[in-house]
Amino acid sequence: MKELITPVSKKVIRSLSIGDEVLLTGTIVTARDAAHKLMVEKKPAFLREHLEGGIIYHCGPIVKKTGRVWTVVSAGPTTSAREEPYEAAVIGHYGVRAVIGKGGMGEKTGKALKKFGAVYLHAVGGAAVVLAGSIRRVRDVLLLDELGAPEAFWILEVSKFPAVVTMDTKGNSLHRSVLKESEKRFENLIA
Amino acid sequence: MNEKKMIENFVQLIRRASTDLPRDIEKALESAGRRESGVAGQAVGVILENIRLARRDSVPLCQDTGLHTWTVHHPFTWDAEKIRSWILEATVRATSAGLLRPNAVDPVTGANSGNNTGIAHPMIELAAWKRNYLTAGLLLKGGGSENVSSQVSLPDTGIGAGRDIEGVKRAALKIVLAAQGRGCAPGIVGLCAGGDRQTGYRIAKAQLKRPLDDRNPDPALARLEKSILEAANALGIGPMGFGGKTTLLGVKAARAARHPACYFVTVAYGCWALRRWNLKIDAGGRLPVFSQKPFNG
Repeated sequence: MKELITPVSKKVIRSLSIGDEVLLTGTIVTARDAAHKLMVEKKPAFLREHLEGGIIYHCGPIVKKTGRVWTVVSAGPTTSAREEPYEAAVIGHYGVRAVIGKGGMGEKTGKALKKFGAVYLHAVGGAAVVLAGSIRRVRDVLLLDELGAPEAFWILEVSKFPAVVTMDTKGNSLHRSVLKESEKRFENLIA
Repeated sequence: MNEKKMIENFVQLIRRASTDLPRDIEKALESAGRRESGVAGQAVGVILENIRLARRDSVPLCQDTGLHTWTVHHPFTWDAEKIRSWILEATVRATSAGLLRPNAVDPVTGANSGNNTGIAHPMIELAAWKRNYLTAGLLLKGGGSENVSSQVSLPDTGIGAGRDIEGVKRAALKIVLAAQGRGCAPGIVGLCAGGDRQTGYRIAKAQLKRPLDDRNPDPALARLEKSILEAANALGIGPMGFGGKTTLLGVKAARAARHPACYFVTVAYGCWALRRWNLKIDAGGRLPVFSQKPFNG
């Protein structure tokens, strides 16, 4: 179990390997479909301070507002594959150090992880309450009115957020190896 | 008829579906946890802890509360449109209460309605009957699992699938293989062999309402269910696609008459968080009973 504290250095990121379990403490920023489209098409400068050396979380949380305070009720990961067209550009442009999601990402992102020194962290899909429990507070939310709650940039402070490294900086991907193995088994089955 | 109470009963049905995973699924996940090791085992452990916490605190067990399918049978003396309006009101209230995430997005404008209502949502099937009670089944199905659900047309020469039971099995495995872990495996497969495209999807999804430990009364389908389950697990995709022994928790299959020129195999892939609950109310709108199993077959 490796404990990571944001901002995570490139050196620490490069030391991670697929299969490593990590506990993340510090700041993460949610970004899903609309956010990724915006980041690639418009490249808003105001995001840089939150993303450089930082961590993106593919998540559309359920949030509740009590007075002026936001709390995250439920916050599991969404399927990362939908951001595949955008992620490499986001990593390159904003200097993101890690991407948290579920289901993994493709070759284009894999190449960017290797080139720029970033990793993909897989959070347990649907474990929204456990993961919400690791969120200490909502520091801020950006573009809430424009994008709606599931799609906004939620800036979250987390403590010991659990995840597994499934794509590392050396070009390894647990998803690719499971895919290849399961495809092989399928071929044997239908032969 | 106390309309306020009726709406409240529907809100309670939504609450149960969103926060309280049915025991049959939980038991299957506990078995999976005993079978798995490494990161796959860890993932199942986190899932089980999540289920317990969500039930304890009555909070949505997954942040994606999905799109909602209601299947209602009601006494023919009741006004179906009234029932529909109660379901809509309950949906709006449950969303405000944080039991549901706003998930109704207009595909043209991109606007999220904010309250889960929209064109054709919630999805409500209403049928009148002669019995003196109402039953309502609710299924919440998330977007991840819906994206990996699919329909294959037989024959499919790429996988050596002809228009027969073996072909159905291969088509189902093709869909499960393509899904990998992205439907939040270990999943549950609802399958329909036959039908037109719409019927295939409708019946496949309806299969997800069956208790995991039920027996298919049709022996050929029962054999098919077992065969697909074993073969899918042999693919080794595992929980979350991390690699492991449990790729599916169950397979539930049905058949529907097909056009001679068509043979669709439809898979409704359900994630491990298969959120389904049922409600029964007497003709006076009293004595609500909530159940994890459907009241009518």
